[in-house]
Amino acid sequence: MDFLTLIQILDSTVRLATPLLLACLAGLFSERAGIFDIGLEGKMLAAAFFSAAIAFTTGSVWLGLLAGIGASMALSGLHGLASITFRGNQLISGVAINFLASGLTVLIAQSWFKQGGRTPSLIGNARFEPITLPFAEALQNVPFLGPIYYELLSGHSILVYIAMLCVPGSWYLLYRTRFGLRLRAVGENPAAVDTAGISVIGLRFAAVAICGILCGIAGAYLSTALQAGFVKEMTAGRGYIALAALIFAKWRPWHALFACLLFGLLQALALRSDVVESVLQVSVPDQLLNSLPYILTVIILAGFVGKAIPPRAGGEAYVKER
Amino acid sequence: MSADTIAPAIELKGISKAFGPVQANKDISIRVMPGTIHGIIGENGAGKSTLMSILYGFYKADKGEIFISGTKTEIPDSQAAIRAGIGMVFQHFKLVENFTVLENVVLGAEDGPLLKPSLAKARKQLVALSEEYELNVDPDALIEDIGVGMQQRVEILKALYRKADILILDEPTGVLTPSEADHLFRILRGLKDEGKTIILITHKLREIMDVTDTVSVMRRGEMTATVKTSETSPPQLAELMVGRKVLLEVDKTAAKPGANVLEVTDLKVTDAMGVQRLKGINLTVRAGEVLGIAGVAGNGQSQLLEVLGGMCTGTGSILVNGEPIDLSGKNSDARTRRKRGIAHVPEDRQREGLIMDFYAWENVAFGYQDDPAYSKGLLMDNAALRADTEAKIERFDVRPANPWLNAKNFSGGNQQKIVVAREIERNPDLLLIGQPTRGVDIGAIEFIHKQIIALRDAGKAILLVSVELDEIMSLSDRIAVMFDGQIMGERDPSTTNEKELGLLMAGVTETGAAA
Repeated sequence: MDFLTLIQILDSTVRLATPLLLACLAGLFSERAGIFDIGLEGKMLAAAFFSAAIAFTTGSVWLGLLAGIGASMALSGLHGLASITFRGNQLISGVAINFLASGLTVLIAQSWFKQGGRTPSLIGNARFEPITLPFAEALQNVPFLGPIYYELLSGHSILVYIAMLCVPGSWYLLYRTRFGLRLRAVGENPAAVDTAGISVIGLRFAAVAICGILCGIAGAYLSTALQAGFVKEMTAGRGYIALAALIFAKWRPWHALFACLLFGLLQALALRSDVVESVLQVSVPDQLLNSLPYILTVIILAGFVGKAIPPRAGGEAYVKER
Repeated sequence: MSADTIAPAIELKGISKAFGPVQANKDISIRVMPGTIHGIIGENGAGKSTLMSILYGFYKADKGEIFISGTKTEIPDSQAAIRAGIGMVFQHFKLVENFTVLENVVLGAEDGPLLKPSLAKARKQLVALSEEYELNVDPDALIEDIGVGMQQRVEILKALYRKADILILDEPTGVLTPSEADHLFRILRGLKDEGKTIILITHKLREIMDVTDTVSVMRRGEMTATVKTSETSPPQLAELMVGRKVLLEVDKTAAKPGANVLEVTDLKVTDAMGVQRLKGINLTVRAGEVLGIAGVAGNGQSQLLEVLGGMCTGTGSILVNGEPIDLSGKNSDARTRRKRGIAHVPEDRQREGLIMDFYAWENVAFGYQDDPAYSKGLLMDNAALRADTEAKIERFDVRPANPWLNAKNFSGGNQQKIVVAREIERNPDLLLIGQPTRGVDIGAIEFIHKQIIALRDAGKAILLVSVELDEIMSLSDRIAVMFDGQIMGERDPSTTNEKELGLLMAGVTETGAAA
């Protein structure tokens, strides 16, 4: 494997890790506040569809992004209503959201576009185009660093850079601000927050809203940047992989980045079975490569990667007690 | 200080609060003067906690008014209570376990959107406060790494950091050792000298007598009396609390010990962490006597009960009625122990004695579920079990007398009665009983103590473990003191005193050397 192939694989890794990372951070905010969210998948899917649909009809990908965020936040609101206000079971609410999104997206797509549950292909301004970073072309031929800058760092859509900036942003918000302190506290012991005179419900809704925004961006990225249009079930389990990455990362932002890059790498390798075979010198079935991210997900969820302690009040609605 | 010129720090007028059909507070009025320690005493479920929750904005009263320093104040939420200068230390601490002390103190009282300046300011104040009031804590320690005594100090610091002038403590000594409780009372007196007003909710008469200036008694949602502490006595308070005369001293005759029922030789237990918790225990308990094990919590008493009850393994020898019992292997479990006539009332009734989400009648079967009286062929005879439960409930005066109630819906005292009834009514040769009256109200304490003595008088052997020295002194016929996994010595309760036992509990032997 030559240097350029490696760079290309890493480049794919970044592109494929981006939706995982956004969804993972979305889950991080929600779960750190004590609301388990198995509905990341459904929110992303809804956002992917509405982004593509609105981007196609208006011709503006930015309006598409807004629509995607709106759709995702609407589902977040539903989840919040069910699990915070009405103290319902968070897992059931999440599963319901996944089914709702899975069915509704195809149904609406078919009714609007009559293309078998997909949106028409997006072109031009209806899609996020790659951005070339300053001097990328000029520096392209500098040995070693040139290709890294041109191939790996430059040439992604704006959403990739936004996702990467979300990592330090989330870290700062969680660990350096009042809001972050309260958010982490409400996921560990809501009674402590309540007796300190802060609204548990308000904080949890704020967390769920942030989760909705990030899932919305993740979904929009899938249909308007990574691919050019919505197809049925295009999230392909990414919401669940993001949850596995979140556990792997033990609910910490920087670790989430590395966990998502690992999953991204596995997905990138699946696209380049020729490279895997030439490195390993054995023939590897494509199906095995394709299933690697999911196998890793199972391994992580089964707890083989060490003890991960979730936020202590996670999954439980807060009821005032004496 | 005259009550005419100074407005009370807190005045409640006609507070009523109902939860459905249950009237938790009925027309309660109370005046608490500034710079005093005011005790509120009452049995579990008397409405003390409800009243204080109203004052802290957790519940809204159905009727009544609250005056803070003479000004009528609405307290719709905790934020309003904090603004009115009220701080509360709950019975179950409201701390974030994996946050530092500093973060817990700052939570909800931050100065701005960024943490750094808030934490820096709080650190300074924390140091000043802890020096002023003997509230030494390490600001950077994680809550989960510090003991309950220090966690409680963090709760007090939280209130003081929020500039509380009125501090409410709900059953503060329930989790503390005697020396930690003394430390707490020193802190409270210090706070009082600074002019703070303190409300102490408790059901322990001795604390009320020790530390309060005035005391209000609650019974069944009503305030039955408010008296000056110096003008009352424990028996009078107990009578006001329970509504009838209560025997504070245990009434018992001299023991008539018979043959050895339990003989323990060189018993050793090592826990899962590899720490040796019992370092060679030797003791005997005879028929018709109570052996009390005194000691500060965590010196191996729990392991002693567990290994005897078949909940963990150990080495050494245990004879019951002269026959050895297995300390490891498949015959060392609790079920085999029960068959050998050992009954066990575990220290932590909520975790080991009961399943909180199960009905009372289901809980009565635990440990004895294969009793033929409870079976009908392969099936459980639930009707027989329920009938038996009803009989036990009646004999042990469990309230409410409803076998269909989940264990968690009984008060602590009634939960304990269910466990004690289950074990004692088996008529065991040996009863292991740990912390029989922890979190139990005074009426139930009297009842449980009577049952223990009745079992003793029926010629049974009883091994009692308790961190309450009073309880050990009044129930035991012999007292063994445990320290660091060993028996430091045995004393006769009629000739020893708290001071001597206290020294043994601290590991100091007659020669003056610490073990």
